[in-house]
Amino acid sequence: MTRKNVWAAGATPLMMAILVLFAGSASVTANDQAAAANAEVKIDNFSFGPETLTVRVGTTVTWTNRDDIPHTVVSTDGVFKSKVRDTDEKFSYTFAQVGTYPYYCSVHPKMTGKVVVQ
Amino acid sequence: MTDKKQDLIDQKLQYLNNDGIDRRGFLKCMAWAGTGLVWTLSGGIPVSRAFAKSMERHAHKGDFSFVQISDSHMGFSKPANPDVVTTLQAAVDKINGLAQPPEFLLHTGDISHLSKQEQFDNVDQILKSASAKDVFFVPGEHDVLDDNGMSYLKRYGKSAQGAGWYSFDKQGVHFIGLVNVTNLKAGGLGSLGGDQLGWMEKDVKHLKHSTPIVVFAHIPLWSVYPDWGWGTQDSAQALGYLKKFGSVTVLNGHIHQTMQKIEGNVTFHTAMSTAFPQPQPGKADSPGPMKVPAEQLRSVLGISDLNYVHGQHSLAVVDSTLG
Repeated sequence: MTRKNVWAAGATPLMMAILVLFAGSASVTANDQAAAANAEVKIDNFSFGPETLTVRVGTTVTWTNRDDIPHTVVSTDGVFKSKVRDTDEKFSYTFAQVGTYPYYCSVHPKMTGKVVVQ
Repeated sequence: MTDKKQDLIDQKLQYLNNDGIDRRGFLKCMAWAGTGLVWTLSGGIPVSRAFAKSMERHAHKGDFSFVQISDSHMGFSKPANPDVVTTLQAAVDKINGLAQPPEFLLHTGDISHLSKQEQFDNVDQILKSASAKDVFFVPGEHDVLDDNGMSYLKRYGKSAQGAGWYSFDKQGVHFIGLVNVTNLKAGGLGSLGGDQLGWMEKDVKHLKHSTPIVVFAHIPLWSVYPDWGWGTQDSAQALGYLKKFGSVTVLNGHIHQTMQKIEGNVTFHTAMSTAFPQPQPGKADSPGPMKVPAEQLRSVLGISDLNYVHGQHSLAVVDSTLG
């Protein structure tokens, strides 16, 4: 191969790699934004789903009660506390700080969950 | 069956008649009386005490009866029962139809579904048409939502202490109303707390051992099914204060089904709800409202009629369904 061709041959894969890198990071950014926007916890059958939710700092988590009995969402460390939520009612909290936030239903204390904020 | 065998059975029945009835005799009595008695014995002695007595008119001065109702959940309107007003009214009609009118009513909590004023108002209004005018309440977890029980206390806690515990006497029987639905901790069960236990210890300290005791609280004071929160973590301490008494009856609600257990001198009993049934322990994913065919609803809701006969060891409990 001539020197010119060698360079061209080498550059193309490199350019491809750079393009892929940028393409890749663009979609990562989009995902980050989606995660930071909001996250959901469904309350049903006397349980929180998912039981452990991991989110990025700044995320607003929304709990929706799909059960046919009212529940509450109460942080065990006094960080947040919902009013009683009947069927279809929601509670939201925005996690501004990194940490682990265990919580439970104060009406049915056997129901426990956790939000991990990274 | 030979005559000799029948004689032996009759002798046995007679022998036990003053003290209790064995299972065969119990079934004989049930068939004769034809009541809607529904109870499950779990871990207790299969003897029904003083059952026959409960069917007679009160023979002695000092005998009396009262009715326990529970879990009216005023404000609930899901498929398990879209009309809890009508079923509560049916419970009152049942009370008013009893052969022996009760002296008073005990409501073991979850009066309302969401602790709302109008829900408490509704229940008070419906109970006004009961023959018994005195009603004694203890709160359920649905009665202390959002304000940690302030509105419950304002309405029902005038002569109570702390979260609403109190005691009173009727015809020599000492009644203790306990609150085990406030300050519940994550992952925990029902809870009485140190203040209440301290009060209870003092409350019973100077009572004679022969005083019959009736304790009533919302969540069961015995371990019915901890996975579903059906128990009270510090009830052992409370029951410890009652060890010296010859007759202790514990009345609870919360589980929306009848269950009975006898442990030494203590008879534990839970009542049906007047609103909706719940599944038996472990028979469903969760302890939520259980839907039954509409025509069967009244057969899984009910009241409990309790009879105190002076000198009898324990109160006689007769559970009856609404239909």
